[in-house]
Amino acid sequence: MANKSVWSDNRFWRRTATWVTGFASVLLIWLTFDTSAQIAMGNDQDLQNKVTKRVPGPTVINYKITYEMSAKRGHEIPVIGEKEKFFGRDDYSEEEAGALLHLGKLGSQAKNCMDCHTLLGNGAYYAPDLTKAWLDPAWGPDGAMQALTGKNTKEEAMAEFLMHPDQYPTHARMMPDLGITAKEAKGLVAFLKHMSSIDTNGFPRNFGKIKGAVHGK
Amino acid sequence: MASKYLTGVGSESKQLATWYFTFAAILFGAQLLFGLVAAIQYVMPGFLYGVLDFSIARIIHINALVVWMVFAMFGSVYWLLPDETGIETVGIKIGKLLFWIFAAAIVVVVLVYLFIQVGPADATTIWFITEGREYIEAPRWADWGIVVVALGFVGNLFLTGMKGEQTGIVTVLMADMIAFAGLYLAGMFFTDNITVDQYWWWWVIHLWVEATWEVFVGAIAAYGLITMIGAHRKVVEMWLWIEVAMLFGSGILGLGHHYFWIGTPEYWWEIGALFSALEPLPLVAMFIHVLYDWGKTQGAEMAKEGVSEENVKSVITNKPAFTWFVLNAFGNFLGAGIWGFFHTLPQVNLYTHGTQFTSAHGHLAFFGAYATILVGMMYIAVQGTNGIKVMKHTKASLWAVSMITGGVVGMTVALTIAGYVQVLVSRAQMGATWAAYFDGQSGMWFSQAMDWRLIMGVVTFIGFIFLAKDLLTTGKNPVHER
Repeated sequence: MANKSVWSDNRFWRRTATWVTGFASVLLIWLTFDTSAQIAMGNDQDLQNKVTKRVPGPTVINYKITYEMSAKRGHEIPVIGEKEKFFGRDDYSEEEAGALLHLGKLGSQAKNCMDCHTLLGNGAYYAPDLTKAWLDPAWGPDGAMQALTGKNTKEEAMAEFLMHPDQYPTHARMMPDLGITAKEAKGLVAFLKHMSSIDTNGFPRNFGKIKGAVHGK
Repeated sequence: MASKYLTGVGSESKQLATWYFTFAAILFGAQLLFGLVAAIQYVMPGFLYGVLDFSIARIIHINALVVWMVFAMFGSVYWLLPDETGIETVGIKIGKLLFWIFAAAIVVVVLVYLFIQVGPADATTIWFITEGREYIEAPRWADWGIVVVALGFVGNLFLTGMKGEQTGIVTVLMADMIAFAGLYLAGMFFTDNITVDQYWWWWVIHLWVEATWEVFVGAIAAYGLITMIGAHRKVVEMWLWIEVAMLFGSGILGLGHHYFWIGTPEYWWEIGALFSALEPLPLVAMFIHVLYDWGKTQGAEMAKEGVSEENVKSVITNKPAFTWFVLNAFGNFLGAGIWGFFHTLPQVNLYTHGTQFTSAHGHLAFFGAYATILVGMMYIAVQGTNGIKVMKHTKASLWAVSMITGGVVGMTVALTIAGYVQVLVSRAQMGATWAAYFDGQSGMWFSQAMDWRLIMGVVTFIGFIFLAKDLLTTGKNPVHER
């Protein structure tokens, strides 16, 4: 009989496939437990005690959020600062803020935001990334959107735009009117503000920071 | 040789397979049509504004893609089951019933997408209109329907596999399809925490496409090589097991490359980079090695029997299907492998993530890795159903394969150029803001790339018409040997 090599033996390869798959799966499950603990949403207590969470609690809407370079980590991270009014208040309770975030997240799905925009970098590429939209200079005091919508704050300008996007064309590619109510708009803005506070490991890089770039003088 | 595989006449399982393939082909057409709408909207933003907005065109474009592939995958399994197990599918009546339920549910979901589109921000929308989560937008009622259909399918596969002969191909499919059905459950819940949402969402999207689907393709390629050129089962199945080890070994933890920027810990950078860099390796291996190993033994046998060069006839019993399978081996490597590897390292991905680069990769990868082999399976089914011994290329089949492939490659190149502009202008130069985004989009290279994408999309669509014509007229076409 001819000699037989283990390298051309189907049983050997079947076992290899089973072990490799099993090992990879177990490793993934183990990492999932660790990650799940790290990405669980924080709460109001954490925010008051300045405990940093990757995903802060919903009451983060009571605070000013910025995106700062961290020397230690070598990229930008969201920094939660002093109190900041959100639709005229900075004392949303855990329940109130949670309800707003819930409405906003649900609204983002009900209106299919992800099929034009990207959220946390995922979604479609027909419209801008919303990951840090709350921090976008366009909505700030010197940005074009407050003047365009005739509002005095970032959140009101955003809500007004979401309710009547077709009245404020910023580009030939216009956002359609999705029948967003005032209540839903408030929730959506809370969702966007909350999302901007998520620690995305430095994505997007240099968000809104570049001075002296082609048009950025 | 291998005449066992040539006929679908009288097999109920194979008849059911043709239903699945037919509906898959219709959805393939719908996918291309709505893709064209979306491509036109990039060039002319006012097109169907307020009637069929980009978001809706895109939902249908992508969902039709996923669903036609799932249909064609189910069809492929029903087609090969009698050949591999030696018996008819056990629960064929249930299989037929589930086909109609599945098809009807899809029609209802598409009509809702088209005419209702979005809903208020409450649970009724999630249950009855859309879940608004890219790729798995299907409302919750349809999710449960899909679970039932998938369980029925997996049940049929297992009952038949247990009762009949268990080849390596059937064993791989049984393990693979249970994972395929199980993973869908990871995408069926609502949470306010978008990081948690995205974490589990990728379990469906990545672990489907880059693990279970790839292994499925391996099993189909193995079946195709045995069927079309009579390759030795032992050689084919050995490479199939190696491929499974490599695909699952790299693909499962390759999941990490989606966990760079969604709020997950930094250790995913290293895990994602390492394992997704390994992902391209297995993609072309089986096909080439089977051809090589099988060709070597074949050549040795012929030399022993003293067959002279002139008397050698082609062993390929289905030229169009074989062409699509060859395209699969290389398309998979190029689209999923190379175009994926392009931007898989976190240092690069930080800038390229969520740009047209992703879109370029998506187009070539889905086409190369899945569309090609599933179209190949349609050709195998058409051959079997019509009792054709040797199936040849026709003018239509050549036009179809050239135009579809050329069109998709053209779209990929155009989108790659667009992505390059986007990375340079929107990300590197201007810092990813709203204004930066639109500056990138209005660049000349970007907009011309989008024009080319549309043109190449039209080419692809014309190719599809040739494909449909060829598949429909095969039964009567006199060029094939019967």
